[in-house]
Amino acid sequence: MSYQVPLKEIRFVMNELADLPAVCTLPGYEDCNVELVDAITEEAAKFAEGVLAPINWAGDKGNKWENYTVTTAEGFKEAYQQFQESGWVGLRAPAEFGGQGLPALVAMATEEMWCASNLSFSLAPLLTLGAIEALNHHASEELKAVYLPKMCEGVWTGTMNLTEPQAGSDLAQIRSKAVPHPSGDGSYLVTGQKIFITWGEHDMAENIIHLVLARLPDAPAGVKGISLFVVPKYLVNADGSLGARNDARCVSIEHKLGIHGSPTAVMSFGDEGGAVGYLVGEANKGLGYMFTMMNHARLGVGVEGMAISDRAYQKAVEYARDRVQSRELGSSDPNGVAIIRHPDVRRMLMTMRSQIEAQRALSYYTATALDRAATHPNPEEKARNQALVNFLIPIVKGWNTEQANEITSLGVQVHGGMGFIEETGAAQYYRDARITAIYEGTTGIQALDLIGRKTFSENGATARAVLAEVQAVADKLADLGEAFAQTRRNLEAGIQAAGECVEFILAKFGNEPRLPAAGAVPFLKLMGILLGGWQMGRAALIAQAKLAEDGADAEFLSAKLVTARFYGEHLLPQIAGLAPAILQGAESVMALDEALF
Amino acid sequence: MKVLVAVKRVVDYNVKVRVKADGSDVDIANVKMSMNPFDEIAVEEAVRLKEAGKAGEIVVVSMGPKQCEETLRTALAMGADRAVHVETDAVLEPLAVAKLLKAVAEEEQAQLIVLGKQAIDDDCNQTGQMLAALMNIGQGTFASKVDLADGSVNVTREIDGGLETVSLKLPAVVTTDLRLNEPRYVKLPNIMAAKKKPLAKKAPADFGVDITPRLTTLKVAEPAKRSAGIKVASAAELVAKLKNEAKVL
Repeated sequence: MSYQVPLKEIRFVMNELADLPAVCTLPGYEDCNVELVDAITEEAAKFAEGVLAPINWAGDKGNKWENYTVTTAEGFKEAYQQFQESGWVGLRAPAEFGGQGLPALVAMATEEMWCASNLSFSLAPLLTLGAIEALNHHASEELKAVYLPKMCEGVWTGTMNLTEPQAGSDLAQIRSKAVPHPSGDGSYLVTGQKIFITWGEHDMAENIIHLVLARLPDAPAGVKGISLFVVPKYLVNADGSLGARNDARCVSIEHKLGIHGSPTAVMSFGDEGGAVGYLVGEANKGLGYMFTMMNHARLGVGVEGMAISDRAYQKAVEYARDRVQSRELGSSDPNGVAIIRHPDVRRMLMTMRSQIEAQRALSYYTATALDRAATHPNPEEKARNQALVNFLIPIVKGWNTEQANEITSLGVQVHGGMGFIEETGAAQYYRDARITAIYEGTTGIQALDLIGRKTFSENGATARAVLAEVQAVADKLADLGEAFAQTRRNLEAGIQAAGECVEFILAKFGNEPRLPAAGAVPFLKLMGILLGGWQMGRAALIAQAKLAEDGADAEFLSAKLVTARFYGEHLLPQIAGLAPAILQGAESVMALDEALF
Repeated sequence: MKVLVAVKRVVDYNVKVRVKADGSDVDIANVKMSMNPFDEIAVEEAVRLKEAGKAGEIVVVSMGPKQCEETLRTALAMGADRAVHVETDAVLEPLAVAKLLKAVAEEEQAQLIVLGKQAIDDDCNQTGQMLAALMNIGQGTFASKVDLADGSVNVTREIDGGLETVSLKLPAVVTTDLRLNEPRYVKLPNIMAAKKKPLAKKAPADFGVDITPRLTTLKVAEPAKRSAGIKVASAAELVAKLKNEAKVL
């Protein structure tokens, strides 16, 4: 059995926890309804299972770079063509440029499928969508008319050229330059080197549209002097046809730990005088433009983490059912049993499963908040949801991806020695997952964003509001009786601990920012675990209520209850270990003299 | 030239079906349902005929409960032009389906009627044949190739001995086998467009067809589990056992 989209689970999360019916009433989404989304997820699942999952292993063999061009792994070009022709690139893209303009919540479901079935592949359309979004929000109508239709159709792909060797997390250090084109036609000549450019060069699309951050000659130093340019691989003629090859080349691709199917390019702009580029929006505002789409991109990477975890989980379950080893504990039968019968294997599988379900719920919930923040007719609701999105995104990105490392590692562990053997396949997910906690802002960057901009700067308003919502669920868990008593206690202790940490951050971040910063990642994880518990609590309450309905899917709903309870009893207690480190452990983080490292 | 395609909503081929505790039927509550794979091939063939300019309108029909609408929408997303849903919660046996299909085909004046050779739930393999008989028209069953000409159709059939090609005068019934084609992946814009395509609702009574079941199900049971085999010491012993115990030689 290869990857199977958990459609039932995805629909439960969309419809019950992320309120798809309400999203479909938002302005602009009236054409959307649950039946339509069912049809979309059904067909997307077929595509992910039938086209993308089977070439994931081939992708691991990597791409080939030769003479500035990249040949993608076997099957990728054909799969992309099919993907493009099927119209999946434009699912969330604006309708006026040929996209379908569907809600972020619906896109989240399909993105999960693309990421789980083939993480390397999924990055090409994901980056294209990011570029579409940046252009749609900030570019002139002329630029949009030239680039967006082909990009929404997926005939051209997009990239993000931010990083340079000396400018990683700190983009203020960017040195790439752009000067007005001598012809005076309003375009620019871009020069400089960019690294870590995902899908920066490949053979799957007719053209590649690079969005490049660079400095104009008179730009102020630092972040306020960075502008955004469109630099196409092939220049586009007035009639829309492709013209001359631009002076933008992939000079090599990286050898990486994972996502081998996705070419990571070193891009050199202007080796022959300058790559023709076009300014997006106003000069010196490029970084701000990039950040408007960063929320989406970070949420997207959070989904990558959850999705690859699910792939690893499915593989581990399959092996655990199949592998016979050792007699059952406490049994007199000397025959071996499938290892899924052994308590420790069960613990690993439940640890994987319960976190994936919690992460899926939190991610989809965030997507709904994103949709509401974008289109809710009531300005107060819009603002409240925007604040919620801002607060949740570093948590979803940081927590999902940090745990993806643990979950995919458990996936290897369930396989025992076979997990360490590449041919088994479990190792690929482990390697592929590793990048998710790094790109689009490392966990450390997410955590700093969470305690600074998202907590301290708004005086903890959203943090407190979210904790109040968690408390409301904790109160209701009393209805589930003794089975959930421990979960409820653990959730309440978690709320208490999180509240203390928020107050600590508010008290210290202004004057002694290094203290809360030392515990920022533990705080991010604490919030992830707690909010995952919140969502699993909501899921349990809904599952219990639905069980009483006529024709209820008892198997699915009972499994949800058990999984929620496991989460409450095994994951939530971890909060008790994190809070003291955040509150009392900050000094020892920085105490050791730098010279003694 | 109008093509009528019949599609059935069945338990998805990935689902491991279980028997109800009381042995009255299989349990299909809350399991994944999909279009019968052979019918998917039928829709695909009709759409290819249309794309090749050989067929005109494609009408897709399904019979059964409300949820058959989803199956019909899938067929519309694949490329059918409009749908007819004969809605009923009653159990439909192949004869009842064939009678209803006859009524729809006559109403639509369909020249070519394409359906799967069998449904993967009951595996009856009867409806297409019954339909052709009731309509008194030709049938090309188990098709692995369909060649549409003016007023006739050549159907290459998968038979025990190999392949057989029959030439049928239109109107005709064609039932599809696995090798006929590979159904396409549905495109997102077509899923969106499908919900706006017409879907007409009918009831069995509209056609005056008696759908009363002719069969009574006595009991449904899981196939017996295969029991463990034995090892034989020599070829001679094997032959002896086959001769004396299994009595197959």
